[in-house]
Amino acid sequence: MAKVAILSYINRKSLVHELTGTTKLIFFILWSVASMVTYDTRILIGMLFISVLVFKASRIRVRDISVVLGLAAVFLVLNNFFVYLFAPEYGVEIYESRDVLLQIAGPYTITAQQLFYHFNMTIKVICVVPVALLFIACTDPSEFAASLAMIGVSYRVGYSVSLALRYIPDVQREYQNISQAQQARGIDLSSKDKLFTRLKNSVAILLPLIMSSLNRIETVSNAMELRGFGKEKKRTWYVQRRLKRNDWLVIGFVVIVLVVDLVVTFWDGSRFFNPFL
Amino acid sequence: MAEPIISFQDYGFQYTAQAKPTLHHINLNIYPGEKVLIAGASGSGKSTIGSCINGLIPFAYPGESTGKLTVGGKDPLKSSIFELSHTVGTVLQDTDGQFIGLTVGEDIAFALENSCVAQNEMKRIVDEVAKLVDIDHHLQYAPHELSGGQKQRVSLAGVMVDEVKVLLFDEPLANLDPAAGRTTIELIDMVQERTGAAVIIIEHRLEDVLWRKVDRIVLMDEGKIVVDMPTKAFLSGNALLEHGIREPLYLTALRYAGIPITEELEPQHVDSLRLTGQQIKMVQDWYHRSGAKQEIQEEKTELLKVTDLCFGYTPEVKNLRNVSFTIHKGEMVSIVGRNGAGKSTLAKLICGFEKPTSGSIYLEGRDISDDTIKERAQRIGYVMQNPNQMISKPMIWDEVEMALLSGDMTAEERKERVEETLKICGLYPFRKWPVSALSFGQKKRVTIAGILVQRPQMIILDEPTAGQDYHHYTEIMEFLKTLNEQGFTIVMITHDMHLMLEYTPRAIVFSEGELLADTTAAHVLNDPDLVKKANLKETSLYTLSMKCGIENPQRFTEHFIEYEKEKEHQAK
Repeated sequence: MAKVAILSYINRKSLVHELTGTTKLIFFILWSVASMVTYDTRILIGMLFISVLVFKASRIRVRDISVVLGLAAVFLVLNNFFVYLFAPEYGVEIYESRDVLLQIAGPYTITAQQLFYHFNMTIKVICVVPVALLFIACTDPSEFAASLAMIGVSYRVGYSVSLALRYIPDVQREYQNISQAQQARGIDLSSKDKLFTRLKNSVAILLPLIMSSLNRIETVSNAMELRGFGKEKKRTWYVQRRLKRNDWLVIGFVVIVLVVDLVVTFWDGSRFFNPFL
Repeated sequence: MAEPIISFQDYGFQYTAQAKPTLHHINLNIYPGEKVLIAGASGSGKSTIGSCINGLIPFAYPGESTGKLTVGGKDPLKSSIFELSHTVGTVLQDTDGQFIGLTVGEDIAFALENSCVAQNEMKRIVDEVAKLVDIDHHLQYAPHELSGGQKQRVSLAGVMVDEVKVLLFDEPLANLDPAAGRTTIELIDMVQERTGAAVIIIEHRLEDVLWRKVDRIVLMDEGKIVVDMPTKAFLSGNALLEHGIREPLYLTALRYAGIPITEELEPQHVDSLRLTGQQIKMVQDWYHRSGAKQEIQEEKTELLKVTDLCFGYTPEVKNLRNVSFTIHKGEMVSIVGRNGAGKSTLAKLICGFEKPTSGSIYLEGRDISDDTIKERAQRIGYVMQNPNQMISKPMIWDEVEMALLSGDMTAEERKERVEETLKICGLYPFRKWPVSALSFGQKKRVTIAGILVQRPQMIILDEPTAGQDYHHYTEIMEFLKTLNEQGFTIVMITHDMHLMLEYTPRAIVFSEGELLADTTAAHVLNDPDLVKKANLKETSLYTLSMKCGIENPQRFTEHFIEYEKEKEHQAK
């Protein structure tokens, strides 16, 4: 079967892979909080540096995840564009000074303050993206549900994530089969037809797909109930691993990063590091 | 006698969503350690009985029940589906759908996880059970890396971790190739021996289940138990024929030879049969009464020719290697072989869904390698296994007309063509009906009509009768036969050895991406070497002919089929 895996578990041997799913999840969450809270450029640059190091350590190559990185880049550009479009003077407001570099038209000028604001915003995202991708690419899908449960998420929620992972390949295969058979009946989904016809045609594939998925859901939920899913308030996990020394070190490290981040950021009562005054 | 572990007393059940009760006055006791087969046609209520036992009724499917039912001494109504799951372990029909975990180990552990068993203990039990069903070397495997038979082992292991007292199998053979089905029956037998659990098998493929000893057979029809007897006594009666279940082939052959089936015959297994010298003589006489084989040499015109076809979904794997064969106009051919042997892949290549790495496909002498899916579909139709995978319009008429809409026919021409097609398929009286009002077999016809409307010369059907009882099987196959008689060439991918023997004179056998044999259906099943390589199963007719000292089992099988056809012909 042709695989269209955009982002999935990539099994390699590395320090990052060896950490438990729980550790990676905690790291990801605290790391995101840390980078979201602050606009302090010094901290952000430090975090960016660490992000790159972690990515190196994971032995995941850029081209493994190039599609997702590309998507992230597009969103980042769009985000920057719209922020500028609607608030071209936001940087001036924050940094309480105004150095015009270039006059464009109407209210749109490029100021050093606005550029600096965009720079900070961009780094924030770049800090988080590698860590988020690593969490997905380096965590064995089997461990997802268990790690979510460890940090207090209800196991029912955790297990739905896990089930989705389990059935996505099946549904993809089913989609492929149905769409091929329907193409043989003159249903064309290629770009030759008009958009409306294509939309109408896609129903011819979606309807059977939905019917078969509903069937699948009935079977799974029966099978799960018959084997006692939902009986107790808690459950244990076959794949769960105990936290080892490295896990504690990593968790300790990210907690320290967060504390330093909070202290530095709020010490002077402002989230922003202001080099202009 | 011991206390029954399951006891129905004048039990009745009606689903909330249905107008009439599905079960009436059921009286059934199942004792510890027993092995019971519940047989019956589709809609006879046999699956509903299963759901009552494992608690899906009333917990997943609500309804009204009357009378009394106890499972493990408890009333299910006052219990819960979880509590019942410690007494009854259920293996469902859909080997894929019930695989919950991402790997074999996790799936087996699922019930233990839900009972909060500690991890060490859990690993120990999983290893132990996996060893018992011989899947312990695959604990890290994902479901798509396993065969159907292996998935079934995992499902079985998954319910055994609970040390249940009853193992319930709901149509365990429906999705398996013949050899895997046989292994499953052996496995169930072995597990019962080790654990001493009572085993209930719900299945309409009687002969396949009887491959291993069964204590008792319960036959259902229209929501009632019509027969409940020990296997031997059951087979000696005429109950099967009256209720739309196929009798084991060796017994049918004995009847044809004029031998009444009695308990003294030990009819429960072809190996246990005790035939007297005189009875053996009767079988031989019946066999020799057959005329010489009628060799009808028809003029054959080539329709589809495949030469040296190679294909792989990934560059490293070769799913098909150097496949060559020819299909002639008006033929009806079976393609057989184990799951994953390349049968469906071949169909996809012929229809143009996938592109071969090398080799060519000719239709009436013309290379069609460059034709698009749509162009090929005008000549070669493809019908998927499950009609629900194809039906996308609520009304029958629209569904059948769909393929014509993209062409350049006028509305008038389309109307004429759809009407004609509906008549061919016996659906004309239903032309204004919604699809949802039809039975499974009729839906299958609608999907075939949706393909026929393009007037292809050839139709490829993927498992046309999978999961169907004898009645629906006959209905679908007789319909295909009439299509064939009208000149359509029909190619079927199938696991069903009866189908191959009865309906298709010729069979093409695949194993691991290679064409293993291209010969008559009777020859395939009488060649032990071929049977083994392709994961098929010899018929009991083969064993019976050996037992009766008939030197040519292939001819014996052919004679059986010819005799059956003639009888049917006379009946008409």
